[in-house]
Amino acid sequence: MSTPLERDLIRQSAATLAEAIAEGEVSAREVTQAHLDRIAEVDDRVHAFLHVDGQGALATADAVDASRAAGELLGPLAGVPLALKDILAMKDVPTTCGSRILEGWRPPYDATVVERLRAAGIPILGKTNMDEFAMGSSTEHSAFGPTHNPWDLDRIPGGSGGGSAAAIASFEAPLAIGTDTGGSIRQPAAVTGTVGVKPTYGGVSRYGLVALASSLDQAGPCTRTVMDAALLHSVIGGHDPRDSTSIPDPMPDVVAAAARADVRGMRIGLVRELTGEGYQAGVEQRFREAVEILEHLGAEVVEVSCPHFDYALGAYYLILPSECSSNLARFDGMRYGLRVGDEGDRSVEEVMSLTREAGFGPEVKRRIMLGTYALSSGYYDAYYGQAQKVRTLIQRDFDAAFAQCDVLVSPTAPTTAFRIGEKVDDPLAMYLNDVATIPVNMAGNCAMSLPVGLAPEDGLPVGLQVMAPPMADDRLYLVGGALEGALRDRWGHLLIEEVPSL
Amino acid sequence: MSAPIPYADAVAEFEPVIGMEVHVELGTESKIFCGCPTAFGAPPNAQVCPVCLGLPGSMPVMNAMAIESTIRIGLALNCSIAQWCRMARKNYFYPDMPKDYQVSQYDEPLCVDGYLDVMVPTDDGPMVVRVGIERVHLEEDTGKLTHAGGATGRIHGADYSLVDYNRAGIPLVEIVTKPVIGTGALAPEVARAYVTELRDIMRGLGVSDVKMEEGSLRCDANVSLNLPGAERGTRSETKNVNSLRSVERAVRSEIERQAGVLKSGGRVVQETRHFHEDTGVTTPGRSKEHAEDYRYFPEPDLVPIAPDPEWVEELRSSLPEQPSVHRARLAEAWGIGDFEMATLVNAGVLELVEASVAAGVAPDAARKWWAGEFTRIANESGVEPASLAVAPADIARVEELIASGALNDKLARQVFEGVIAGEGTPDEVVAARGLAVVSDDGALLAAIDEALAAQPDVAEKIRGGKVQAAGAIVGAVMKATRGQADAAKVRELLLERLGVIDN
Repeated sequence: MSTPLERDLIRQSAATLAEAIAEGEVSAREVTQAHLDRIAEVDDRVHAFLHVDGQGALATADAVDASRAAGELLGPLAGVPLALKDILAMKDVPTTCGSRILEGWRPPYDATVVERLRAAGIPILGKTNMDEFAMGSSTEHSAFGPTHNPWDLDRIPGGSGGGSAAAIASFEAPLAIGTDTGGSIRQPAAVTGTVGVKPTYGGVSRYGLVALASSLDQAGPCTRTVMDAALLHSVIGGHDPRDSTSIPDPMPDVVAAAARADVRGMRIGLVRELTGEGYQAGVEQRFREAVEILEHLGAEVVEVSCPHFDYALGAYYLILPSECSSNLARFDGMRYGLRVGDEGDRSVEEVMSLTREAGFGPEVKRRIMLGTYALSSGYYDAYYGQAQKVRTLIQRDFDAAFAQCDVLVSPTAPTTAFRIGEKVDDPLAMYLNDVATIPVNMAGNCAMSLPVGLAPEDGLPVGLQVMAPPMADDRLYLVGGALEGALRDRWGHLLIEEVPSL
Repeated sequence: MSAPIPYADAVAEFEPVIGMEVHVELGTESKIFCGCPTAFGAPPNAQVCPVCLGLPGSMPVMNAMAIESTIRIGLALNCSIAQWCRMARKNYFYPDMPKDYQVSQYDEPLCVDGYLDVMVPTDDGPMVVRVGIERVHLEEDTGKLTHAGGATGRIHGADYSLVDYNRAGIPLVEIVTKPVIGTGALAPEVARAYVTELRDIMRGLGVSDVKMEEGSLRCDANVSLNLPGAERGTRSETKNVNSLRSVERAVRSEIERQAGVLKSGGRVVQETRHFHEDTGVTTPGRSKEHAEDYRYFPEPDLVPIAPDPEWVEELRSSLPEQPSVHRARLAEAWGIGDFEMATLVNAGVLELVEASVAAGVAPDAARKWWAGEFTRIANESGVEPASLAVAPADIARVEELIASGALNDKLARQVFEGVIAGEGTPDEVVAARGLAVVSDDGALLAAIDEALAAQPDVAEKIRGGKVQAAGAIVGAVMKATRGQADAAKVRELLLERLGVIDN
């Protein structure tokens, strides 16, 4: 049982907590401890965490409290704890990527994102569950068991970052880091009634992010409010010389945009290809209502067509497996993690093979095989080469659409959270969850998902996706902030406050 | 298995086609994708970090100096420089490769389509052969495996293997020639001359220390044979060619072996072969009949390379003098011809002669010492002349002593023997070994009298005007003074003694 104070602490936004810590109304240790207590209380049912680092988190909190006591100026999120997706390297803390093959590995270095979180005084509570190597849309492909959706524990929390989204939605953490290769931040945000942002490709350093598909991966914030996402985005974003694909230009001021929260005079494009067939009725309904609200707020809404989005999923499932088949080659049992069959009489090849056989789950093996095939001599042009051409066409569709509109919108996911076990044996059905989120990754744009209500037919959260051009991440926050404000005014509270207590 | 046939017979019947793939480790301060040092000889795995160990999550960042060096090599080899190109991943599993892929270049190399003119010594004098350059590309080196136990030192049959990742991520430039045709019996010499010339260019550019014995220059020699007018034969790829001499021997041995195979009606297998320094023959390695599929694709962790054309022109205009131009200039200054120059180049002593001349030694004397005595000593001890402990200043000093009459040629050789053995400077060796020319006329006259007494018949001949007979007496005196006399002086004194006028 939580005391009223603790319950209050865990339900606050990160911005509110940061202010309270800065003002001395509460200590960073108290805030961190409250979340650790919450994890201890509910995580056996949610299973958002793979590893909890209470000691490390409290040490950071104490350092923040000491800085404050010494009169030092605190960063905007100092002392507010965070849950880290288990795909980011964190020094001396187990990093598994949801896979058996990395069991026992403790990285000797911090990812750039982790360095920046530490520098900002953000206590890291632990590592969150995910589909193995971020391959999946339900977190059921984790080697360590699925995460449960706090809205209905029998349902999936989305994936691959289901752990981070569920940690936010169950008040185990006010902030989380996810990674998004084809929707792994946004789709979990949509099905858990939270906010998730995939920054512009190159906007957040990938150094220390264990690669799934290098040309698509991007880390970003998972929060309960648009402002919290902006604050976290500005902590982790910006140029990093250790990532060659990191953009050297200064990032747009997302915090100012979230504060301005204004869509007056904006042109918002409705993507024709991302509605209709395959989209659940209640999802479409809540989406349309939200678009009407944006119109009321002063935006002009137009319909746009992006004809090549229809090929995005197919092209994505060639590019991603191709890159991942190469990225995952290093997990061979030679240097770190699991090693199987090394009994002294087997060759290197046999040990590598046995290790990979035992260490990888079925979805990982499926994609490695797909990618190996797509890159093979004689097939490269027809598969990988063609997919890259489709990618260019998708970028051109976006260019044309952004010539007419400031942002584009769509439902984030075609359905609300489905039941655990429902699609796990049907890869194609699983892949279709990301049909609306994948085009953004293919083009390197930025996008946000934010909650726009519960679907009438099942009472589960629906997400709306806002898409903006590269390095125009601030537009996501202008639209997201305005829409969140209008919905809060309409409901009298944030949607997340309707989540059942666990 | 068919026996190799003699070289002369092999090249009389078949036309050899050679191709060279040379890997050069760049001498950059840091590795290609991280800040780790590149110095040779550190304890195993002391120069590693998450990036060159390929730890999960780590990412490469391109070393700008590696790009610059590759472009300079390309320019020196008369290549075109790509205006836009990418690195590519070469995928295959091997424990010396931390990521199980090598970041290399595939269909978009940085430099393409150049040539290098090399000079080959022939019986009719030096001949210039133009070797076409297919491509010059940049890649990362792998780690180094040491296989313990087992008889062969290879991975198969080893008890266990150790891996050192210090070398992993050292920038490597691969230089691939076009097939070199029409060289006939000279193919082995052309191969050697090419690698020698390439090494000199690298050294002149200052991009690598190009030490074949430390592996900073590694060479694979491709050889195929065909009957005149027939289609190109199947080629083998010989590895482990670790010295200039081995380049020549390996090509020669491969020609003899393949000719034997073809002559007996067999078929040359497409494979890698391993050259053995001790036996001078190659043995089969990995079959390449079924080419491994490396599944190349553009490296998504690195941005494309787009060298600014203006910068490339700056690099071009600041290239050092080409070795061939440099040699022509030296030959003129020293007053020597192509043949003498080719001798110095083939002996690997050109730079040493140059340094000695710069230290004040007369060009003829510097050539004589390096191409003669020092090369002989180096060959006897199985080392490169450059590694002998004799400095240009030592040669200058010994030459001074010869000019002043304090040393003669024989003594000078003994002085160098001492210097090379580490006994000190020439003056110290002269002092310690007591190597001064005997210039005391009294002592010499005594020795002359003794020799004349021992050979009265010779003395009589000389007195009779047969001056050429004096050699026997001079020789005896030199022997008696253990070489420490000036032979000209002895002869002068002898003739004076006998009252004979030398004409």
